[in-house]
Amino acid sequence: MTDMSQDYNFAYLDEQTKRMIRRALLKAVAIPGYQVPFASREMPMPYGWGTGGVQVTAACLTPEDRLKVIDQGADDTTNAVSIRKFFERTADVAVTEATSEASIIQTRHRIPEQALSEEQILVYQVPIPEPLRFLEPRESETRKMHALEEYGLMHVKLYEDIAKNGHIATAFAYPVKVEGRYVMDPSPIPKFDNPKMDDCPALQLFGAGREQRIYAVPPFTKVVSLDFEDHPFEAGRAAHDCALCGAGDSYLDEVIIDDEGGRMFVCSDTDHCRTRREAGHTGALGVPEAFA
Amino acid sequence: MTPLLEVRDLTKRYGPRIGCADVTFELWPGEVLGIVGESGSGKSTLLSCLAGHLAPDTGSVVYDTRANGARDTLTMSEPERRMLGRTDWAFVHQNPRDGLRMNVSAGGNVGERLMAVGARHYGNIRATASDWLGRVEIADERIDDRPSAFSGGMQQRLQIARNLVTGPRLVFMDEPTGGLDVSVQARLLDLIRALVRDLGLSAIIVTHDLAVVRLLADRLMVMKSGRVVEEGLTDQVLDDPQHAYTQLLVSSVLHV
Repeated sequence: MTDMSQDYNFAYLDEQTKRMIRRALLKAVAIPGYQVPFASREMPMPYGWGTGGVQVTAACLTPEDRLKVIDQGADDTTNAVSIRKFFERTADVAVTEATSEASIIQTRHRIPEQALSEEQILVYQVPIPEPLRFLEPRESETRKMHALEEYGLMHVKLYEDIAKNGHIATAFAYPVKVEGRYVMDPSPIPKFDNPKMDDCPALQLFGAGREQRIYAVPPFTKVVSLDFEDHPFEAGRAAHDCALCGAGDSYLDEVIIDDEGGRMFVCSDTDHCRTRREAGHTGALGVPEAFA
Repeated sequence: MTPLLEVRDLTKRYGPRIGCADVTFELWPGEVLGIVGESGSGKSTLLSCLAGHLAPDTGSVVYDTRANGARDTLTMSEPERRMLGRTDWAFVHQNPRDGLRMNVSAGGNVGERLMAVGARHYGNIRATASDWLGRVEIADERIDDRPSAFSGGMQQRLQIARNLVTGPRLVFMDEPTGGLDVSVQARLLDLIRALVRDLGLSAIIVTHDLAVVRLLADRLMVMKSGRVVEEGLTDQVLDDPQHAYTQLLVSSVLHV
């Protein structure tokens, strides 16, 4: 795999670093939801732009892979475009925008609408891996709480939500319990996506670069969103249909379209929206794909 | 009857210095034990060792657990000890900020221990929290306020409610009235005394305030330089102190 005539090693990272990350990944897969420390490297992008996800992707990529990168569900935003370009340049792998064609999907803050398959790996970019961080700032204490399975504090956060708002107002980074053991922060995906993590056929990997943590949900693992008996978990979405493709079951972005209060709701998953329009679905403000 | 807590030869050193040395005593169910002494006499070190916050160098702390009878808390596993710490034991800190979560509402603070032992019904948790706030004289309408919006006395009462909500049998108190003005102190003492009597709690109260132990404690231990120099019934020790240091302590109390 190492070709000295190239400027970069395959997928940017050197082989020893990839081995180190793969060891952490194996451990993470073996203990679902457990945060494995790893020696995160400096990447040629700022923290918060997906340095953790990029390292995990680099360690998983093979020349035969087809890569898809999304940011908030979209293939065409800055973060997605630059990470896709980065791997096109440093690994020369094929890229795609179609969810079904990708073998590795790196994502920031969304899970694609289309169901994933056993052949796929989903890599999440994680800003803060510790779900208990804002309730218990001491890292030594939160590690102990994970080790001893003391998760009452997580419910204190949900209690506070209900006390303040009358319902569980946490809308993203909604805490989940993995395989009945570790409580995990699913990265800031909307809670709409939480049910998709449960029993998912694809391998889900989480990389936090600044915090130097890797964790994983292996295929077909039980992932349960925390809740109260009298306030059960609800996966919320805006009560609209997509203005472009008319989808009534996808996660929507609100887009402001003029300065007179006009707005439209569109699928946040651009690939999903495009596929639907190509299949002839049209929303209230959309035009059929053939005329677009 | 078996003692609730049996302490044998407890010693904690900080390097060459003594924290507390060769402390031996028994605490019986329903009994309130006061530990008095000057600053640096080892009272707080002793309390931390008993409550499992500090690991003593030698000695044993045998607690009569509900499920398994007498167990040495120093050799039990950490999960067991922490479980004990949030169910059967309670720890009231001198500074309520150490014992409360300041960025969580009063109701959440009281509910935390319930949720830690598996309560998952919001309505029930809130009802219990509301009940306990009432018992420590905090108005129900303050249930969603954060402790930072409370006065010092209210914070201390909230800390007590938060600790007692799981029905503990043994309460450790480290200067529970320190830092409060005298009228608030008196009310708090009144409250603690009522709760301890009503619930049949056993308690170990560390303080340098002799008036506090006179009011609350059945029995008294006087510490100096890490060692227990005198112990006995509270009134007996305070009215007829034998050790020179206790005599000094008792005669140093200011009268108005």
